Amino acid sequence: MNMTPIQCTINGQAREFQVDPRTSLLELLRSQGLTSVKQACAVGECGACTVLIDGTPIDTCIYLAVWANGKTIRSAEGEVRDGVISSVQQAYVDTGAVQCGFCTPGLVMTTTALVEKYRGQQLCRDTIRRELAGNLCRCTGYEKVIDAVLASVDNKPGCNGQGGCGRCEDE
Amino acid sequence: MSLGSSSNRVDAQAKVTGKARYTDDFTMLGMRFAKYVRSPIAHGKVKRIDISKAQTYPGVDAVFTYDDVPEFIFPTAGHAHSLDPNKLDVADRYLLTDHVRHQGDAVAIVVACNQLTAERAVELVEVDYEELPVMTTADQALAEGAYPLHPGGNVLKQQAIATGDLEQAFAESDFVLEGAYHTPIHQHCHMETVVSYAYMEKDDHIIIVSSTQIPHIVRRVVGISLGIPWSHVRVIKPYLGGGFGCKQDVLEEPMCAFLTMKLGGIPVKIELTREECFTASRTRHSFDIKGKIGVSRDGVIKAYALDVKSNTGGYASHGHSIAAAAANKIPYIYPRLVFGYKALTFYSNLPNAGAMRGYGAPQATFALESLVEEAAQKLGMDPVDFRLKNVAQLGDFNPVNKKEIKSCGITECLTRGREMFEWDKRRAACVEHKGPIRRGVGVACFSYGSNTYPACVEVSGARLVMNQDGTVNLQVSATEIGQGSDTVFAQMAADVLCIPDTWVRTISTQDTDISPFDPGAFASRQSYTVGPAILEAATLLKEKIVAHAALMSGQPARNLSIRDGKVVYGSRPDYVLYEMREVSMDAYYNQDQGQPFFAESSHKTRTNPPSFGCTFVEVEVDMPLCKVTIKDILNLHDSGRILNPQLAEGQVHGGMGMAIGGALFEEMLIDAKTGIVLNDNLLDYKFPTILDLPDLHCSFVETHEPQSAFGNKSLGEPPIISPGPALRNAIWMAAGVRIDELPITPKRLYEHLARAGLI
Repeated sequence: MNMTPIQCTINGQAREFQVDPRTSLLELLRSQGLTSVKQACAVGECGACTVLIDGTPIDTCIYLAVWANGKTIRSAEGEVRDGVISSVQQAYVDTGAVQCGFCTPGLVMTTTALVEKYRGQQLCRDTIRRELAGNLCRCTGYEKVIDAVLASVDNKPGCNGQGGCGRCEDE
Repeated sequence: MSLGSSSNRVDAQAKVTGKARYTDDFTMLGMRFAKYVRSPIAHGKVKRIDISKAQTYPGVDAVFTYDDVPEFIFPTAGHAHSLDPNKLDVADRYLLTDHVRHQGDAVAIVVACNQLTAERAVELVEVDYEELPVMTTADQALAEGAYPLHPGGNVLKQQAIATGDLEQAFAESDFVLEGAYHTPIHQHCHMETVVSYAYMEKDDHIIIVSSTQIPHIVRRVVGISLGIPWSHVRVIKPYLGGGFGCKQDVLEEPMCAFLTMKLGGIPVKIELTREECFTASRTRHSFDIKGKIGVSRDGVIKAYALDVKSNTGGYASHGHSIAAAAANKIPYIYPRLVFGYKALTFYSNLPNAGAMRGYGAPQATFALESLVEEAAQKLGMDPVDFRLKNVAQLGDFNPVNKKEIKSCGITECLTRGREMFEWDKRRAACVEHKGPIRRGVGVACFSYGSNTYPACVEVSGARLVMNQDGTVNLQVSATEIGQGSDTVFAQMAADVLCIPDTWVRTISTQDTDISPFDPGAFASRQSYTVGPAILEAATLLKEKIVAHAALMSGQPARNLSIRDGKVVYGSRPDYVLYEMREVSMDAYYNQDQGQPFFAESSHKTRTNPPSFGCTFVEVEVDMPLCKVTIKDILNLHDSGRILNPQLAEGQVHGGMGMAIGGALFEEMLIDAKTGIVLNDNLLDYKFPTILDLPDLHCSFVETHEPQSAFGNKSLGEPPIISPGPALRNAIWMAAGVRIDELPITPKRLYEHLARAGLI
């Protein structure tokens, strides 16, 4: 099999690889030790392997490594800066949104994209549910996941995202 | 005090960064990968198998068939061993078989240098089957002359219990009501699939790393399956990505062990695909239940009886234990009556059913709480009032095992729930909705056990070692599978030792060569059964610390105590004698006295108190669209003392979410004629996404269970039990149809509404 050269940025570092064109980005990232990229379905159903590619949450199990050429990739490992976990990660810890943890890195990355997309805006629970619909979790019933997202976005302190205040973008 | 507070999970940081390593995150030099040759049909015998092309495919190390595996027949259920041969789990499996009993049953296995090569080689194995009659239902499997799936026939086991004269109790009832109920096959869908690998460094030592809830049981069963001493097997369990009972079974570990043995000890990994998890791991037993309830005019339940048929699929796995356990767990809720329970578990050509969260109780409670609702309606009583009249009270006795109820919060769960939920107001308002959009409210109760005693021996162990800096390592073989047990164990040890919980490091990895004996995570047992072991070990460790501080200071030990991690005077706790690290350093390194502090304990639990709770739910039913929307749902739980409120809420939310899925969407669809699974993936098997669930509410009625080391009772499984029947009852009120089979999908709702002439 001919190997294909690619260049991409992973968690802030410029990297070059020779990849088998059949390799998924999931396989490539895991081979580099990025254990946050979890395989749970291998066909794009569950979101456990989500990373941000140029800021967009992507299921890496159905994204070929060669497509990552020229792209900027962020995974949960890279959200730790100077030994401090990101505010989204901290919110997942503080709200009890973590149980078995297998879906957690993917949820953290989708939430990170959501926070960046809606910066400065109030968010309702319905919007949060819509944005996170691609990440399956079997442990939490998603209740505390929503708490974690609410704690990460720029809602007024104490806002429970139930709407009715007229400030949410989607109301 | 740490217990009672919402300390953060000890593993949360490792999990949010992705650094927590699960079984698939480990790799070894030279690791090989194995893939099964699986049956495409649900029942047949292999007529011919040709592995020659696969054997010579480049990159293939070996191919094994049913002819090559050990002759030891073995059980797989994750139960403690029993010294009573009559209580041993049913042994009905070999590693591979030429008699395939369900779709996905394994006839051969290929070991290769990578997954892709193994998959290619599997396709090169030629197998011809003689097709045999496929039996998917009780009627087929139990018919006279039905093809026996195992030498003993298709009846795995049956039982009948009556705690009094049932006939008389029904005869004395003013009303006797009957119903027939069906619960579907669910799959656990733990996000981490089933994965194991094994290797050997010495001929008499197989090391297995596995995604299991039950490392010590796996060790025993691997020993049985390969005919080797149990001590020759070492099982290591890293972080686990959910189990929900599926991994309370011995799954791929015996095969991994067999393969590494055959291949000179090289590491061999088996990782099931999501699709294989559906057809070839475990599922929830489908129950068909005939129920009967007798009540007096004044609202007292005189008796109820359930007649259960439980479909275990091609192999026993937990087999009849599921149906039998329901009879131990449910009678607590309405104890002042005659209880009747008949159950029969049978083999069929469905995928193998095993343990799943709730272990038979969700199925049996669906029937019971539907019957109770029928009775309340018949009597014209408010469903909450009717239940309040009949639920357990402190001092009642379980009618089956005669055990006294020593903590009981179900009455308060119902009364507080009625208030919080505004039940009376909502119920009255529902009647106003007469158009195409209807409303209804529903309630249902449950009881559950706190471990497996006396069905199984209940052993647990704890080992504490104090480090030089005064922090403590805690080892248990109870397994963290997502529920938060590692955190609660640290909190328990910290409170007994009077140190901050951040000083306790629970060793999350179990290793059967090292970790103290404990069978693992099931039956919502761990906080209850490990509690006493931690209490004993930590008490002993504390005594050793104080004794050494007495030696150092010349003060009598009785004058000393520990507070906030410091050794203090008992009478003047603000006067600090030593920091903990000073005492520990002296114990380690003083040349003449003391020794490093450690303590361990093993404890057998001989009590098993019930937890209680209930669900209140309001639904909206769009009649033309046959669509059910949950407007509000509330679970209330008496789980004794709540050790960590945030983790406890997480367990309740997760159980409610899984229950809602099970009641409204989830069902393994299996073709009745061929036994072929039609939805073996996460796209077609509808477990709830975040869009499918409503906001989930819960509340705890805290009691103190006197038999419990820390006052707590079970919590992990109970939240899944009552939402199903509560939803059924609410939909009945809203839409006017009783739907006695789950899940209540739009299709099923349409069928019932059409039959009733309502649309």
